[in-house]
Amino acid sequence: MPETKEKILSIKDLWIRQGGHVVLESINLDLFAGDFLGIIGPNGGGKSTLLKAILGLIKPDRGEIDVFGLPPAKARSRIGYVPQKTVFDRSFPVKAREVVLMGRYSRVGLLYRYGREDRSLALEALKAVGMEDRAEREIGELSGGEQQRVFVARSLVSDPDLLLLDEPTAGIDSAQQTDFYELLSHLNCHLGKAIIMVSHDLTAVSTYVSKIACLNQRLYYHDSRELSNEDIEKAYGCPVEMIAHGTPHRVLREHD
Amino acid sequence: MIDLNFLSYEFMRNALLAGLAAAALCGIIGIYVILNRIVFISDGIAHAAFGGIGLGYFLGYDPLAFGIGSAVLTAIGIGLTSSRARVSEDTAIGVFMATGMALGIMLLTLSQGYARDLYGYLFGNILAVTESDVLLILLLTSVILALVFLFYKELLLLSFDPQYAQAIGLPVSGLRPMLLAMVAFSVVVLIKVVGIIMVIALLTIPGAISRRYMKSLPSIMAGSIILGALFVIIGLLISYDLDVPSGAAIILTAAVAFFLSTLLSR
Repeated sequence: MPETKEKILSIKDLWIRQGGHVVLESINLDLFAGDFLGIIGPNGGGKSTLLKAILGLIKPDRGEIDVFGLPPAKARSRIGYVPQKTVFDRSFPVKAREVVLMGRYSRVGLLYRYGREDRSLALEALKAVGMEDRAEREIGELSGGEQQRVFVARSLVSDPDLLLLDEPTAGIDSAQQTDFYELLSHLNCHLGKAIIMVSHDLTAVSTYVSKIACLNQRLYYHDSRELSNEDIEKAYGCPVEMIAHGTPHRVLREHD
Repeated sequence: MIDLNFLSYEFMRNALLAGLAAAALCGIIGIYVILNRIVFISDGIAHAAFGGIGLGYFLGYDPLAFGIGSAVLTAIGIGLTSSRARVSEDTAIGVFMATGMALGIMLLTLSQGYARDLYGYLFGNILAVTESDVLLILLLTSVILALVFLFYKELLLLSFDPQYAQAIGLPVSGLRPMLLAMVAFSVVVLIKVVGIIMVIALLTIPGAISRRYMKSLPSIMAGSIILGALFVIIGLLISYDLDVPSGAAIILTAAVAFFLSTLLSR
């Protein structure tokens, strides 16, 4: 008997307009516990907007978003978020473990102080991303890849069931990228975190994710890890050969 | 020779109290100003406060209280104008800054007989701080210290990464105006000490130096408070001894320390 998995995210007919332009058009998406969904698509295709809508930071013009059966803004404590290339002052006086502690905010709440438990959870989260020996280091002293791991730890420390990652490997060298994707794989398989990762890195996405979607205003998604040539051609608006060149065949299976 | 009996004068005691409160404010708010990159906004708020001070004079009420009012209104106004009217923030600051100064000069001139106070507000006159000024300054300082104590965790989150802070549910749209209002309060206190034109130096120099040597936020704040207090005390002594304007003496002391620490850290 196949186990029916809990549906953790449901988006129905989502439309978002920004500055008079339609950014997202009739998006439908269901995500289940344990899914690792990669969303690819051209720049300006609405990938970040979709993540922000799931976080409740952008209000839909039409349609519904349900996260763990709740409106997005109420589900925030169950979502871990790693924003696109965190812009921060590299000499900001804060240690890696303090950055991770910030992620406890959604559990601790306004005006309450972080307690001993929060501090030990922060160290655990650092351990989960292999950064425990960097806990006392200034965040600005760490390499790009290490910083990104710390930001993942920050998103993990509230013990979320869903992780949203926005272009998590932008600005990281390729050796560190591979390690980073292995880490995500581990979080997904062994800790059971559902993940939505937005990326323009087609190769990486196809290798590590369990499901894949393509977004350019509309979402092309078949609840699987395969996309058709047509989907990608429609999404990118240019001949498939250019996009498909050098990408594994797993993603671009012949359409019948 | 430095005269150590200066504390026997009431005006010197008032000056010292106001100066030390100012140092505490600079130490703490100054760090947030630097980390949030709101130096220009803070300077704009200081200049705009002058409009309120002028209005206070014109109507015959406490200029400092009106200064606080216009500083806070400006802080809110800059936020609203840049978010609603599609005006970039620095444009909004420029407009508010100049408008405040123009209003202040206009109203002060219309209130005949107070022209000499103009100099005091522009360049500071800590030796003219009255007992009621000291009370107001201590009150403002305690309110700000209490807010920083209560919202330490939130302010850190806001300063480090506002985008992420908002995503995990921090009320950024409430906290940022609160931070600007705290800056506005601090700026008004500092106007008494070093004057509108030099406020920004005292707000940023202690923090900028302290940050070179200290690693954690609380230790940077502590270092910055101590530096601010030193600048105020040394500046006051120079001012008293050489009979030069106190604001200028304090700022020059701070500036010398800043350049020395820059040279030494190379």
